[in-house]
Amino acid sequence: MATQVKVPTQEAVPPRLSMRLGLRGWVYAGRYPAERYLYILHRLSGLGLILYLPLHVWVTGRRLQGPEVWQQTMAVLSRPVFVAGEMLILAAFVFHAFNGFRLLFGHLGCALGKPAHPVYPYPVALHRQRSMTVALMVLASAFLAFGVWNLLTK
Amino acid sequence: MAKLTGDTESGVLTLRVARYNPEQDEAARPQEWKVKILPGMTVLDALFAIKEEQDGSLAFRCSCRMGVCGSCGMFINGKPRLACNTQVSELGSVVEVAPLPNHDAIKDLVPDLSLTFSRHRAVLPYLMRRDTAEMESPTREYHQTPEELARYVQFTYCLKCSLCLAACPTAATKEQFLGPQALGQVYRYVADSRDEGLAERAGVVDASHGVFGCHLAGACSEACPKGVDPALAIQLLKRSLFSGPPHRSAAQVVPAFPEGHQTPEAAVRPKAPPPSV
Ligand code: SF4
Ligand code: FES
Repeated sequence: MATQVKVPTQEAVPPRLSMRLGLRGWVYAGRYPAERYLYILHRLSGLGLILYLPLHVWVTGRRLQGPEVWQQTMAVLSRPVFVAGEMLILAAFVFHAFNGFRLLFGHLGCALGKPAHPVYPYPVALHRQRSMTVALMVLASAFLAFGVWNLLTK
Repeated sequence: MAKLTGDTESGVLTLRVARYNPEQDEAARPQEWKVKILPGMTVLDALFAIKEEQDGSLAFRCSCRMGVCGSCGMFINGKPRLACNTQVSELGSVVEVAPLPNHDAIKDLVPDLSLTFSRHRAVLPYLMRRDTAEMESPTREYHQTPEELARYVQFTYCLKCSLCLAACPTAATKEQFLGPQALGQVYRYVADSRDEGLAERAGVVDASHGVFGCHLAGACSEACPKGVDPALAIQLLKRSLFSGPPHRSAAQVVPAFPEGHQTPEAAVRPKAPPPSV
């Protein structure tokens, strides 16, 4: 007698709830330490610089249209709002450059120390970079201060 | 009675859990319970107290209850943590618990870890050798010094708990990103002096959804409960992609026993003297 084989039916998978954070996951650093905040600043400053680039090309392109147009453009750019904008761009540039050095070292596996048998409390390699990070940020601030002073006194 | 925890005056803990029942809910729904704090209570103990005494329908996943199996990862007070490894005394009197971020929740606090596991499998997480014959049917041992072991042993402690993926800002926006768990395990094998599989694994990870999706935010290493430090592993992996693995040449096979070695039995049982007539 043939035994009846029960064919399992494909049961519908119940819906899942996606917990993917999306953009909120990178703009919100919550309880994570300094490097996580530097990550946000690095991205925001990079984004700012990229958006500024076409504007910069357009402004310098005005030079081609003769000295009058250039004078006019310069007059507009000397308004306080543009000077403030320039300072922001400078800040973004200086931060991005100096933090970029830190990241470059990190991405090449330098200044992170060596792996070892993990012993509690577990060390985190990025923390070994802290003194370098502080030094770079001090240097960045010095450059920024010099740039701002230059902008204000020119 | 003496106060049991530093933070909670009353000895009562409020647990606010983001719940999700796939048969009823469209989104997470918060629910609150109060639990009496006991000495040494972990978040997992508190969830068990709720399940046993107040609401049997609460779903969560655990197994070892001692930070070894990696099943009980949850988002606890703003950080991904292992529930069994987190004392309620370090959290204050209100504890918020939600399923792991960047994963799908199956029910309540049960995350779907299958993507983590399949990504782990995708990066060829085993020793690869050119001498396949020796690999398949070993005749001798591979020689490895304690220094060579120290280069990768830290990364072998990975539980596959997926907390690092829950913390990672790249994983938050980029679904295809292999993530700190899998990438860290690539380096675990690449740095093993017995392995020769860098070229094969490079084919999988040398991509923007692979190793170059990591922008060194470092959150994974902060979240890792075992000190694996996946951020370190990933940066060292990037270096290996440029300049090769940390060992010059793969470990050689060595005889299992040095020459002239005698098995213990042979050593203790002296040969019978020749018969004297
Ligand atoms: S690296 Fe750490 S956090 Fe990530 S899965 Fe392994 S043990 Fe968990
Ligand atoms: S139950 Fe095993 S790690 Fe928490």
